[in-house]
Amino acid sequence: MSTAFEYSPDADKIMAVSLGPQHPGAGHFRIRLWLDGDYVVRADPDPGYVHRGEEKMSEYRNYIQNVPHLERPVILDSSGILFAYSLAVDQLMGNKIPPRAEYLRVIMAELNRIISHEYYLGILGLFVGQTTMITWCMGDRDLFIDLAARIAGARVTFAYIIPGGVRNDMPVGIEVQAFETLDWFDKRMDEYEKIFFKNPLWEERSKGVGVLTREHAIKLGATGTVLRASGVAHDIRKAEPYGAYPDFDFAVPSFKEGDCWARGYVALQEMRESVKILREAFKNIPPGSVRLKLGPQPRVPAGEVYARTEAAHGEMSYFIVSDGTPKPYRLKLGVPSFKNMRVIPHLLKGVHIADIPPVYWGLNYWPVEADH
Amino acid sequence: MQPKDAAEGGQKAPAPTAPVPPPAAPSPSVVAGPSVSSLGPMPPVPDTTRTKALANVIVQKFPSTKVDYVREKRVKLTSTVDQIKEVAFFIRDQLGFDHLNVVGGTDYMQQGEFEVIYFVGSLSTPGQQDLVVQLAERVKREESPKVPSLTEVWGAAEYHERETFEMLGIFFEGHPDLRRLLLPEDWDDIPPLRKDYHSPGR
Repeated sequence: MSTAFEYSPDADKIMAVSLGPQHPGAGHFRIRLWLDGDYVVRADPDPGYVHRGEEKMSEYRNYIQNVPHLERPVILDSSGILFAYSLAVDQLMGNKIPPRAEYLRVIMAELNRIISHEYYLGILGLFVGQTTMITWCMGDRDLFIDLAARIAGARVTFAYIIPGGVRNDMPVGIEVQAFETLDWFDKRMDEYEKIFFKNPLWEERSKGVGVLTREHAIKLGATGTVLRASGVAHDIRKAEPYGAYPDFDFAVPSFKEGDCWARGYVALQEMRESVKILREAFKNIPPGSVRLKLGPQPRVPAGEVYARTEAAHGEMSYFIVSDGTPKPYRLKLGVPSFKNMRVIPHLLKGVHIADIPPVYWGLNYWPVEADH
Repeated sequence: MQPKDAAEGGQKAPAPTAPVPPPAAPSPSVVAGPSVSSLGPMPPVPDTTRTKALANVIVQKFPSTKVDYVREKRVKLTSTVDQIKEVAFFIRDQLGFDHLNVVGGTDYMQQGEFEVIYFVGSLSTPGQQDLVVQLAERVKREESPKVPSLTEVWGAAEYHERETFEMLGIFFEGHPDLRRLLLPEDWDDIPPLRKDYHSPGR
């Protein structure tokens, strides 16, 4: 470790502080802060407290065994991370996914997007003192978890989207519960706007705080809600449509402001689009089989593939090198939180201490995912 | 809607030996592999005009660059360690690939080489937002191989290169802050993603 942290010639003026890794406001993650009075002079993210070596683990397991452990980094959005993996393996094997499975993948991915965004908005509200937001969001999130649990059979880690399709079909008649939830949630989101986004206190805390310009967002490699709040309407679902997404009509919300308020608001608007997609998907889902029979140890031809999807936190990508054996030779996991991590020191520089929570939690950042 | 039939009526796993060339592109950027045409009509042959044109422009400018493969939305190029920075600047400034997605590294132990690979997408140029240029370089597999850092080209490369550095032990020359990122501070084994490192118990 560099001595700069322990001792600085300006020690009487600049104070070094660790935010995390045990701080409830940081997650399993540390940010080293250098403070001048109340202002952050420099911030240095220090991830790795929950590093599990997912990439090395994948080299010891075959393509099916890799499914359950690869979703662990993002239990909030476990379908998002597996969608990209399944897409990569399918492309490597040349699998033609049955249309019903494509729709089920979309349904699950969008349910997970809502689940993840609800968590994100709740935590964002909690850490700026708007505790109504966390109670509402956590409660409403459960309705979608219930829906997902009826489809996938588990509440958090679904392991639902697998190479070759999805694990099982959804139960008959689930549409009734789904439409009920979606109709209710549509109205509920108007209430979110009233109590949170149009709340003068939150507006004051977040508007113009932590502004990320379009140029910097691109240069620093931001993705997901962060990128779209900075004026880049880039969404892999639109830019490079995969799965059944070309069938759906949805918009990509983006805002020019680039501040904390816009980052939260993009997530809300995305949930509205997800609701639209879900309605269409439940209505138009085609009949048929939901899975190809790949066997417990599918043979994957030698080759390389780079596949990416839009997960809840941003662009999820996999680079898989196969040498023709049942196990991947190399699996590179490109997770959105890791990509967004470069934005943290950039945004925290010069902000007031009280603005750290809205800036940090506004990034839709998930430490476990970044550590993979 | 027929939960019982869930896993039935699917197709067999594709025969691994079938020497059928690429096509079969149900979704973007398909890899060469056996295709199964038993279900429905054959999907359209992938259209590689855009990526081919892209590869040609780069190879014309830098003849030492090798084109590994060209697919519908992906193109992989292998440059040399000496020239990769120029190629990267060219790709960013002239071709508009401004958004670095990921930096990966692979240990090809039997060939005695490391591969470092940059995945670059484009955000500002309309019409190529679905393309990804994969810019690779090969370096000899030794104790501490050195490659130039591309943080000047794509600022986002900073943390990705730090990760590649600690996981594969590749040194990025010119990197502003080449420190470990994810591994514990007291890690004293060889870099874990090298093929001669074995996880405990494996």
